Amino acid sequence: MMSTLPSASGSPHAPTPSQPADITQITSSKVHMGANGAPKREPGRQRPSAALPNETLLRWLRDMILIREFENRCAQAYQQAKIGGFCHLYIGQEALAVGTIGCLNHDDPIVTAYRDHGHALARGMSPRACMAEMFGRLAGCAKGKGGSMHMFDKPNWMFGGHGIVGAQTPLGAGLAFAAKYEVEVMRRTVDGGPARRKVALCYLGDGALNQGALHEAMNLAGLWDLPVIYIVENNRYSMGTAIERGTTMAHDLTAKAAAYGIEGVRIDGMDILNIYDQFKPLVDRCREQSRPAFVDLLTYRYQGHSMSDPQKYRKKEEVETVRQRDSIELLSQHLMAERRCLSESRLQEMIDECKAAAMDALTFAETAPAPEAAAELYSDVYVNPQPGLSPLREYHQGAKNPLL
Amino acid sequence: MPRTKQQIEKGLTLVDAINEALAQEMERDERVVCLGEDVGLNGGVFRVTEGLQKRFGADRVIDSPLAESGIMGTSVGLAMAGMRPVPEIQFEGFLGPAYDQLTSHAARFRNRTRGAITCPLTVRVPWGGGIHAPEFHSDSPEAIYVHTPGLKVVVAATPTDAKGLLTAAIRDPDPVVFFEPKRVYRSFREQVPEEQYEIPLGKARIVSEGSDVTVITWGANVFQCLEALDKLPEDLSVELIDLRTLSPLDFDTVCASAEKTGRVVVVQEAPKTCSLAAEIGMTVMEKCFLHLQAPVQRVCGYDTVMPYAKLELEYLPNADRIAEAIQQVAAY
Repeated sequence: MMSTLPSASGSPHAPTPSQPADITQITSSKVHMGANGAPKREPGRQRPSAALPNETLLRWLRDMILIREFENRCAQAYQQAKIGGFCHLYIGQEALAVGTIGCLNHDDPIVTAYRDHGHALARGMSPRACMAEMFGRLAGCAKGKGGSMHMFDKPNWMFGGHGIVGAQTPLGAGLAFAAKYEVEVMRRTVDGGPARRKVALCYLGDGALNQGALHEAMNLAGLWDLPVIYIVENNRYSMGTAIERGTTMAHDLTAKAAAYGIEGVRIDGMDILNIYDQFKPLVDRCREQSRPAFVDLLTYRYQGHSMSDPQKYRKKEEVETVRQRDSIELLSQHLMAERRCLSESRLQEMIDECKAAAMDALTFAETAPAPEAAAELYSDVYVNPQPGLSPLREYHQGAKNPLL
Repeated sequence: MPRTKQQIEKGLTLVDAINEALAQEMERDERVVCLGEDVGLNGGVFRVTEGLQKRFGADRVIDSPLAESGIMGTSVGLAMAGMRPVPEIQFEGFLGPAYDQLTSHAARFRNRTRGAITCPLTVRVPWGGGIHAPEFHSDSPEAIYVHTPGLKVVVAATPTDAKGLLTAAIRDPDPVVFFEPKRVYRSFREQVPEEQYEIPLGKARIVSEGSDVTVITWGANVFQCLEALDKLPEDLSVELIDLRTLSPLDFDTVCASAEKTGRVVVVQEAPKTCSLAAEIGMTVMEKCFLHLQAPVQRVCGYDTVMPYAKLELEYLPNADRIAEAIQQVAAY
């Protein structure tokens, strides 16, 4: 497979896109941007999302509302000092995780950075396991060891949750490499099952654009034809640094992909239907052709970078402007006005259900048992048992991982 | 690959043994892939992977650009997905750019996920001085990786050990840093079993038994120590231990010997301060204090940057320095 010379064909790169590169400049939900910002829709041709059944869109809406309600509860718990360390909320970006993951097969691997609760929930992690992890409880997805930034869910093909900015990007290349190797060399999975073509999604923040690891990873992905899609969750701010203050070519990030022979696309990430319309064909192409891609996915976080962010870098009006196109609002409007499959009362029920699920997760996490030091502190550093690790030189087998 | 006439008659070099271990394990397990700059077409910077690409194809012996963070990070991703990657980093000094992936990711996934996701990769790294190369090409940074929970660290000094330890390392469920002392890559040959075998990680080798002084070392320094033994009075009986695995470290063997002799010398190429020799000395003091007849001595590199060729022999522990330390400890 790798012996095939890379095509490095990518899409032809147009240097200056005609559409806004900034989510705060998009005011109409009718804006759909194609590759490099060029309007894509051909007149009379149906949008891919039009073929999606109502149930799918209603499920997405519910997932987005659940993430928002879950994050509201996280904020509350953090302020009450029940969650340790740091906490990065996904509020505002819900359509991105739900929409992109909605384009995948169940066994397509994903990997992301530290703002990872949304991806975990969108991938199917139970809110209880997610919240308990933040509370450091044994019932958490990593048995309370990883915390907010380290959501792992192997059965749902979620490979973290990573705290070092940009460092997850070569992992995405490796996950794609393994999937390609299974199909093209082993012709079976590493577990002996039938292999099928996969696409790995590797999410990164716009701040990670400036990290070296990404550029090594994109070069390798382009060189080796790895089916990995780098998704920049471009929420305009790397902590407190606006993208144009820290990143060259901020007006056209796809130029960075072009440098590695990778197809680059910019997508408005507040409109989940638009995400699907543009991202699903891209996923299909990458899967079929075994090629990488790069997506500048415009989004916005309504809250601060973390829970302690004075937000001196933006005005409240800017947040308000983007909230006019809130992703949950856009989808519910579409389902009510155009699809006519959702009523005000059903929407309210859905919100109430999600609030209850978030509350249930919180209650569960609060009352779940904490890890026992004797059993958990010295285990799983190396393969168990690892004699001599405890100062007592006694080894205690830890409890079984709930996800295994 | 069948052995050459020279290999059959005179035995294998360290390079031959590593190559054979890789080939046999790739033959046995399709999940094993090698990757790194020039490992394929060119057979590796030290020709350790010579012939492997021809035999197993470019899909399994993969030439990469020189991009250590990318090589290591991609290997981490492969390992997370259930593969057995064996990346090569060309020199120990080049671990710097790969450090983040190795220590923040490979070392910690098992713990961070409580065993749900593991990272069974083996990174091969030519290591140590003695080849007249400058810094980055002659350093001994093993203490940094021994200090990192979650990594296993191996240094093979002989062809027989190299083959068995590398086979065990690739099969090990944890990430292993496999240091190859380049000074002895081709310096001698020995007969090595042709079939596959494992030498368990975490077990030291007693090179020579003795009763008066314990000398603990690893890597190419084993041979400087053997040379030093020839310089000692005949009635001085030295037990020489080659640690072989630095993490987990075989303190059972170390302490049993220290309790027997009561006199310990640790020999390493790395700078002295905060080194593995310091850790070994301290542990011997903690565990064997009442048995000690003399303070533990260290023969190390100096707390300087590894010097270039002409000063290299001044820096590296040699037989004279080691013999002197042994005699001082014996006479204490």
